[in-house]
Amino acid sequence: MRHFDLAQKMTDYQRALGDGELVAAGRHGGSMLDVLGGFIGELRAAGLPVSLTENLDAMEAVRHIPLEDREAFKYALAATLVKNNAHWKAFETIFEVYFSMRGSQWRIDDGDVDLEADDLERLLDELMEQAPQEGHGGAMEGLSPEQLAEMLYRALMDGDEALLRALARQAVSRYSGMEPGRPVGGTYYLYRTLRQLDLDAVLERMLQASQEQADGGMTPLEERLARDEFESRIDALRKEVEAEIRRRLVADRGAQAMAKTLRKPLPEDIEFMHATRDELVSLRRAIYPLTRKLAVRLARKRRHGRKGPLDFRNTVRHSLSYGGVPAEPKFRYPRPAKPEIMVIADISGSVAAFARFTLQLVYAISSQFSRVRSFVFIDGIDEVTSYFEGIEDLTEAVHRVNTEADVVWVDGHSDYGHAFEKFWARWGKEVSPKTSVILLGDARNNYHASQAWVVHEIRNKARHVYWLNPEPRSYWDTGDSIVSQYGLYCDGVYECRNLKQLEKFVEQLG
Amino acid sequence: MKYLADEGIAGVVYLADRLGKPVLVEGPAGVGKTQLAKSVAEMAGSRLIRLQCYEGLDESKALYEWNYKKQLLRIQTQRVSEEAGAATWADVEEDIFSEPFLLTRPLLEAIKADEPVVLLIDEVDRVEVETEALLLEILSDFQVSIPELGTVSANQIPLVFLTSNNTRELSEALKRRCLFLHIDYPQLEREKEIVLTRVPGITEHLADQIVRIVRSIRSLELKKHPSVSETLDWARTLVLLGIESIDAEQAKETLHILLKYQSDIAKASKELAASPAGGR
Repeated sequence: MRHFDLAQKMTDYQRALGDGELVAAGRHGGSMLDVLGGFIGELRAAGLPVSLTENLDAMEAVRHIPLEDREAFKYALAATLVKNNAHWKAFETIFEVYFSMRGSQWRIDDGDVDLEADDLERLLDELMEQAPQEGHGGAMEGLSPEQLAEMLYRALMDGDEALLRALARQAVSRYSGMEPGRPVGGTYYLYRTLRQLDLDAVLERMLQASQEQADGGMTPLEERLARDEFESRIDALRKEVEAEIRRRLVADRGAQAMAKTLRKPLPEDIEFMHATRDELVSLRRAIYPLTRKLAVRLARKRRHGRKGPLDFRNTVRHSLSYGGVPAEPKFRYPRPAKPEIMVIADISGSVAAFARFTLQLVYAISSQFSRVRSFVFIDGIDEVTSYFEGIEDLTEAVHRVNTEADVVWVDGHSDYGHAFEKFWARWGKEVSPKTSVILLGDARNNYHASQAWVVHEIRNKARHVYWLNPEPRSYWDTGDSIVSQYGLYCDGVYECRNLKQLEKFVEQLG
Repeated sequence: MKYLADEGIAGVVYLADRLGKPVLVEGPAGVGKTQLAKSVAEMAGSRLIRLQCYEGLDESKALYEWNYKKQLLRIQTQRVSEEAGAATWADVEEDIFSEPFLLTRPLLEAIKADEPVVLLIDEVDRVEVETEALLLEILSDFQVSIPELGTVSANQIPLVFLTSNNTRELSEALKRRCLFLHIDYPQLEREKEIVLTRVPGITEHLADQIVRIVRSIRSLELKKHPSVSETLDWARTLVLLGIESIDAEQAKETLHILLKYQSDIAKASKELAASPAGGR
């Protein structure tokens, strides 16, 4: 990433525009409009809320930007079209797909190439002339795989971005085995290319080399910093390879088809139950601002509670100082309700990912409520509140829940009936009118007895009983799911498959 | 003050100026959102008008207020000179609802200014959703409607920056009217430049080490990641202590400047001391 003085950059833009770039924009006008139209259509299809005004703003904005400056173009579109940072990734992917063909010709020659070894420079020159489409006939053909690997290693060592870009291209054309028209996803090619490059080994070698370079060895801190640096360089290379593959696929299949295959749900739409590893990470990142938002919102609601009814006694008492005239009416302020929350979560394999996130959420808002107690069950049930107390690191707590809690009774298959019965026997008397009970699970009971009377009993004693089901509504009561038997006694049964739905639920809870 | 921008920041600020649209700046605390507005004001040589948002902010603090004490005085004087049989009630009414009796607050002031101004609406996520509506008229049309006076339109279009720490979702209406800019922690090289420009007397070597360690710490899972301002504080401290080159021990001892939670400090110092190879 380049950076510069802000004032300097402003003048640069001005100058670029002064040189008749606006005319150039006008010249491309017709086709540009079409491309932008398709681009915005795709953004909408991916779930980004792009309004008509924003669309017009984007069209207006690109008129003011030197089109040759790809980064500026990208940020102009982003500033007008993407109003939520969580959507940035989706935007970036679609942008790459739609405007990668434009970008490829600008990419290499904007880096400052400053190589010392002559042969590297010569090679780079050859590479620059090589257009991405004609990968196989290029000048790098003469290079043996060993030489290529050596080049790659040296480029990574020096952190030479321009050369890395060129090498990424070469690697893709050599190793990915791409064939036009072959209906294989980009990940397959990515995997093939990266396997050949063997980046883990390269990393080890780089670390070793830097260790040898430093006289007298490296301290652990230095070693760590070196590793961080190398990892970020390798990561950049990986991204470059990915981008190159995408570029070629777009050339082969067309932007629209490609964008469609790359379409991924936005973080707030990811289903808890079917999240992939990468998605889980992005979910975890998304849940933090969500909980902060909730905490702020709940606190706000408390403070701005409406005034209570007239406090007659207090008013009369104060009227004495005014000679019996009730000049200063006193009101009874509503005592803030301090709800106690009991969370009873199914942590069997089928809903594990879901339960984890809910525990996370409950933990985060626990400071807002006077007491949060958590229970987990599979076919046995155990209280896990203490695992969350005084623990700073939530992952550790969740780990303890998963390993230490005594939740298996017979065979480790969900048995809601037995778990609820046990709950009622052991903790039933602690359910009070202040308690809100939240039940989490898919209610897939493996055809055991439902014991729904427990839920009924809880309902009679507690303030509220809610059920959150991570399954789509259409699956409810199919197979061994008996959610409506329990739902009969709940204040509400909610479908809770993604962050959006979870947020909605907690909002009405506050 | 020199502000080191990246491609995104520069592009959006430039567009804001060109299109005459407000910029909504979002990002973690301490990455220089407010500083951006200040720097732009300085760069353009404009006056900076700042509206600090808080819960309970209302019209009379943000837009305008009638100076009712002055109005009372006016009416009082009227009564005294009544015998002279001068003005009628209508005259008085017209008089007390005129500009001399108006107290301008930041938003109106920015609109009325004759010279170019930069308007900074800081931490807009702190006001309630309902109060946000106050801003809408200004942001889209650069005008303020005062029932008694009529509409005050801008003499020049101010450059508006709104900052948000994203503690709540801003309304669609507000977002739609703004250009959106998310500022994240800066890239390694940029942060190094920032440290070099903002901390006098720091060596290149030390700056390099500092930003690398900070990057390393940011990759950990912490309650609060160190921001740019904290990086700068840390750099200043190290310079004051006369440290030329940090080792793990010194880093550990001064870590409390970078991190604000005890658990974070414990975690980071453990990570920094541990050999990375062992962690794999």
